Amino acid sequence: MTAEIGQFALILALVLSAVQALAPLAGAWRSDPMLMAVGRSAALLQLLFVGVAFVSLAACYVQNDFSVALVAQHSNLSQPLIYRIGATWGSHEGSMLLWVLILAIYGAAVAIFGGSLRDTLQARVLAVQGMVGAAFLGFLLFTSNPFTRLFPSPPDGAELNPVLQDPGLVFHPPVLYMGYVGLSMAFSFGVAALIEGRVDVGWARWVRPWVLTAWLFLTVGITMGSLWAYYTLGWGGWWFWDPVENASLMPWLLATALLHSSLVLERRGALVSWTILLAILAFSLSLVGTFLVRSGVLTSVHAFALDARRGVYILGIIAVMTGTSLALFAWRAPSLKTGSLFAPLSREYAITVNNLFLLAATATVFLGTFYPVFMDVLHGDKISVGPPYYRMTFVPIFMLLFLLVSFGPMLNWKRDEMSRLLARVRWPAALAGGVLIASAIVFGVGHIVSILALALGAWLIAGAALVLARRWRLGELSLADSMDLARATPLAVIGLVVAHAGLGITTIGIASVSAWQTNKVLSMSPGQSVKLGGNTITMMAVQPIVGPNYEANQARFEVAGPFGVRTLVSERRLFPASQTTTTDAGINWGFFGNIYISVADPNPDGGLTVRMWNHPFVDWIWAGGLLMAFGGAVSLADRSLRVAKVERRVVKPRASGPRGVGPPIAEPPIPEPGVASAEAAAS
Amino acid sequence: MRRSVIALLAVLALAGPARAVLPGEQLADPRLEARARAIGAHLRCLVCQNQSIDDSDAALAGDLRVILRERLLAGDTDRQAVDFIVKRYGHYVLLKPPFEPETLLLWLGPALVLVGGGVWVALMAKARSGPIAPTPALTPEEREQLAQRLDAESAS
Repeated sequence: MTAEIGQFALILALVLSAVQALAPLAGAWRSDPMLMAVGRSAALLQLLFVGVAFVSLAACYVQNDFSVALVAQHSNLSQPLIYRIGATWGSHEGSMLLWVLILAIYGAAVAIFGGSLRDTLQARVLAVQGMVGAAFLGFLLFTSNPFTRLFPSPPDGAELNPVLQDPGLVFHPPVLYMGYVGLSMAFSFGVAALIEGRVDVGWARWVRPWVLTAWLFLTVGITMGSLWAYYTLGWGGWWFWDPVENASLMPWLLATALLHSSLVLERRGALVSWTILLAILAFSLSLVGTFLVRSGVLTSVHAFALDARRGVYILGIIAVMTGTSLALFAWRAPSLKTGSLFAPLSREYAITVNNLFLLAATATVFLGTFYPVFMDVLHGDKISVGPPYYRMTFVPIFMLLFLLVSFGPMLNWKRDEMSRLLARVRWPAALAGGVLIASAIVFGVGHIVSILALALGAWLIAGAALVLARRWRLGELSLADSMDLARATPLAVIGLVVAHAGLGITTIGIASVSAWQTNKVLSMSPGQSVKLGGNTITMMAVQPIVGPNYEANQARFEVAGPFGVRTLVSERRLFPASQTTTTDAGINWGFFGNIYISVADPNPDGGLTVRMWNHPFVDWIWAGGLLMAFGGAVSLADRSLRVAKVERRVVKPRASGPRGVGPPIAEPPIPEPGVASAEAAAS
Repeated sequence: MRRSVIALLAVLALAGPARAVLPGEQLADPRLEARARAIGAHLRCLVCQNQSIDDSDAALAGDLRVILRERLLAGDTDRQAVDFIVKRYGHYVLLKPPFEPETLLLWLGPALVLVGGGVWVALMAKARSGPIAPTPALTPEEREQLAQRLDAESAS
């Protein structure tokens, strides 16, 4: 019964999404407020019904209703509750349902919070969201129905892939999807603006928080995914250039570009059509990321939907959506007003260059991911594109980009002077130079790339700190006056500083672990010791244990290092239901690096195969990623405050004319006529 | 050729179920082992996802590791050892794709985007920069309005 409720709810949601796609579009065209209001109701109802469907599927899992085919495939009687719930999105069909649910949440957000938008813009945004929803609800119902029944139903189910039975499964996919689908907001706003034929500052002010939200979730999702892979796959890698990882990296790169270009649009009214193009591309790549990868076109560990029919449907949706929106762009973008002028040396220009590098990096990942497919189709020749390719292409592009990052926030809007700019960055530059020379002396020039990256990391962190120092006019004013300025620092600035510093911390982590990790592989018996990275590692005991739905061979190690003695437990687990083995590595987490031990099978000589790594500063990679996301959150907190302020003040002036969010009060009225005129020109 | 097939069969028979770099596989000479690791990191485990033979648990990866070490022990240079493996498994085994006419776009694409985009950005900047009018000074009325707004702001 529960499954049927879910099924009917999905069908209703599909019908509603079709209504949402058409009614507000017609309403905006004919200026009919009734029809436009239909869009808002449809969006809210769609969320209700998709929500019902999602809860129904989760309930089927919780009850272990094996008459539902999906449950029988991914759950069994001994599977812990948390992984039965996680299994709701641990399959192709379930993850699709989660995707559609999150899309409905964003759609409802436009309906609820979009009251301050121009009516026609809100209606058109909802219509585009409805179209995306209809396409994917159709895909879900016609090719990947999660509620298909199984008859006769089996007494017990199979099992969720044991690799996925980890707390990571509970958080990683929903967070990542919040990011992927969040980009649909940028897409819908972009397409709606193209239909509408106008982009103003109000548009940018509304889109930016959503881009920031999507970027924030993508950042957390990718960071968590990397951490999960690190501790679960048993060989201590944190990034594999696997097609699925690439698929999440591409939208992240473009979302980062979009985040910066929409800043220019918001502050200066420039880069209008470029920002819209980025919004379209970012969401298209997010679709590629979520679906194409799972369609079997590219095989990957994440590909749980190897079905050609689905692949064709998905390819069709992506082709139609991307094609239509790009055609619309080609048709309408030239008529959009271009914004204000800026000099070749200005913050606008720096952000344009930032976008260029991010675009080139995206193109690199795209080529690396899809070139093998093209080669196969065109020449029938199979090639592999692995980490060495990215080291020679992606890494240099990113290093050049990092070199530019710390200049960006130092530049004035509109125009600046090179000599002043160089004078401003002298301290970070000196620090980076010092790090470069010192590490070249200490480590030699053998790992030149990592040494350069260490210097870049220092440059990024110092550059971020300088933003605050300059804003607080440290050393220029008395300490008390600087404190006053510090208290008045907008959260957006603090967000920028934290995010850029996080980037530097990640860079240092990547540089260190890439160049200076060490490892040992050996057969060990209890009582035996080995030295690794300044630690003495002793195998204490090996014993078989039994978990809720697995059996394991558990090895205990004692790690004696400069900071005391720690015990590590490392397991090799066998899940009998699916006859799969997994590794649960023992990790000694530390500020300066990790000791990572994974055990494999017993050897003929009676010992156990042990692989151990010393990963210097590896945790900095994820710490930096989380800091970046935190910076985004801080910045978002600022924005919501400011938007609220605008909405309170908007009451009276609104009669003066439709201006989207309202008069340009949100920015403090700095006496720079350039800003005001730019906004006037853009609206 | 025939000898190598026999060698391969012998290796397959001996190897049994293999796991990522096993203790028994490692060469006694640390210099040779280091070379084997350096090469192994660039060879793809053919049945895995973008995983090098050194990282993979698959039996086939273990076979490749053993073959590679045999070639090195036999006195092959790094290049000869890689060529030996590519001859048998094709370019697919190389994690770093070869630089050939067919892969030109793959290797030069990133640079093309950067250079092409750079030219475009430079042209756009030229079109955009124009003569930027010097910022006009505020009129007395504007100055008055500004002061009022700032007062209102600090009062609130």
